[in-house]
Amino acid sequence: MGRVEGKVAFITGAARGQGRSHALRLAQEGADIIAVDICEDVEGTVYAGATEADLAETVRQVEALDRRIVAIKADVRDFDGLRKAVDDGVAQLGRLDIVSANAGILTSPSNAENFSDETWNTMIDINLSGVWRTAKAAIPHIKAGGRGGSIILTSSEAGLRAYQSAAHYVSAKHGVVGLMRTLALELAPDMIRVNSIHPTQVDTDMIQNEPTYKLFLPDVEHPTREQFAAASQSVNALPIPWVESVDISNALLFLASDEARYVTGVTLAVDAGCFLK
Amino acid sequence: MGRVEGKVAFITGAARGQGRSHALRLAQEGADIIAIDICEAVPENSYPQATEEDLAETVRQVEALDRRIIATKADVRDFAQLKKAMDAGVAELGRLDIVCANAGIGGTPNRAEDIPEDEWTNMVDINLSGVWRTAKAAIPHLKAGGRGGSIILTSSDAGLFAYQNIAHYVSAKHGVVGLMRTLALELAPDMIRVNSIHPTTVDTPMVQNEGTYKLFRPDLEHPTKDDFAAAAVGMNALPIPWVEAVDISNAVLFFASDESRYVTGVPLPVDAGAAIK
Repeated sequence: MGRVEGKVAFITGAARGQGRSHALRLAQEGADIIAVDICEDVEGTVYAGATEADLAETVRQVEALDRRIVAIKADVRDFDGLRKAVDDGVAQLGRLDIVSANAGILTSPSNAENFSDETWNTMIDINLSGVWRTAKAAIPHIKAGGRGGSIILTSSEAGLRAYQSAAHYVSAKHGVVGLMRTLALELAPDMIRVNSIHPTQVDTDMIQNEPTYKLFLPDVEHPTREQFAAASQSVNALPIPWVESVDISNALLFLASDEARYVTGVTLAVDAGCFLK
Repeated sequence: MGRVEGKVAFITGAARGQGRSHALRLAQEGADIIAIDICEAVPENSYPQATEEDLAETVRQVEALDRRIIATKADVRDFAQLKKAMDAGVAELGRLDIVCANAGIGGTPNRAEDIPEDEWTNMVDINLSGVWRTAKAAIPHLKAGGRGGSIILTSSDAGLFAYQNIAHYVSAKHGVVGLMRTLALELAPDMIRVNSIHPTTVDTPMVQNEGTYKLFRPDLEHPTKDDFAAAAVGMNALPIPWVEAVDISNAVLFFASDESRYVTGVPLPVDAGAAIK
């Protein structure tokens, strides 16, 4: 018996990275999956966006676990597209229990006063408002089930404290904490729990790129992965440079399962002790 | 394969309540147990204490799961007793990986200025200094293993915010958070993780007694369990009066397992949303 056997999970940003890892971990423990991803480059990001081939690979890997998956190309900036994806997924899979609002971007660093309106707005629209739209599309289905549920918002260490040169990201990720707490209060009467996860650096495409390396090593012209590893490790208490996607997935699995049936309103750091340093 | 297969856990206050539940949950997932409990009355406590029969029942239930357990009568106020029990347990079971500093008392409610000197010092000696002594006795064994480890400190929602009429309890449980954070930093280089759990009211003998009922219902002369439940549900966001010991054990299991291998320094409420109300 899997730890989320028979449940259905809706996951945004599921084509690769943490989102794919969440889909696989939940499927290993018995859940069916509704997966969405934009499958396109996002203007201003410093790394290539996920592709439709990536999303198809998530589908292949979930199906290899003998679980069902409904995968749809959708953008968290477009509520109608999101709602249609969730509605279709629930129509096919029969219920909704778990939501992983995981889709997010990182764009070029800048001092707060130098961000363009466009760069700022895109960040907030995806990393904060996209999380709200994800919850908005999901809540009616979870309520309709009458069995409660678990909504997990992916924030960041940057949702708990500031980092220079990323005011847009820090503001959006702090906003996610406010949204999490408000949703937790509003949905508690229906036994729908809402929590957030706060990773330190995770070994995914979103951080393994030179512009992100430069955020940690502004004085190095072409920082390497090894130089980034040393700089990244120095912010963590545990002697590791970053965590793996599966570490975030294991925290998500705990929050998604009935083992956490009375855990709500919690900011759970998966951060190698970074917050203490 | 259990989630803590082959590991050894040291648990204080293991004769009944949350401590026994932790022992059973960890044993179900493959751990052997070193259990201690004071097994006698603590003065000024408003409820009967665990007995040697209770501790023997924990032993019986762990052995029924086909796991080994070394149980010793010991008081967390006495470092020599603690160390002797710990050393003997590790000698017998061969290693130490997990520590649950669970032993604690509820005390008797009073305004801060009316708490007698001996009640204050006894509370702090058990609920805060006892946790420090538990860690102190365990750390050399964890370090000697060279495999890292996980120390879980039982704090309380009273470790995150104040409740009137129990200044001694609130102060001790807040102190546990400071200890957790300091230990997490000091032990991170050895991959020993330290986290705290913050329950709302748990359905155990420490809570289910008239003394505690009166803390929540000072308006009634002889409040009943139902009177208490009505008041307790009002503190939580989820519509439940209290959580069960197994809910705390499931959080302990998450922290104890390698699923949280990079989680350290985290205060985790298992509180039905009480902290956000």
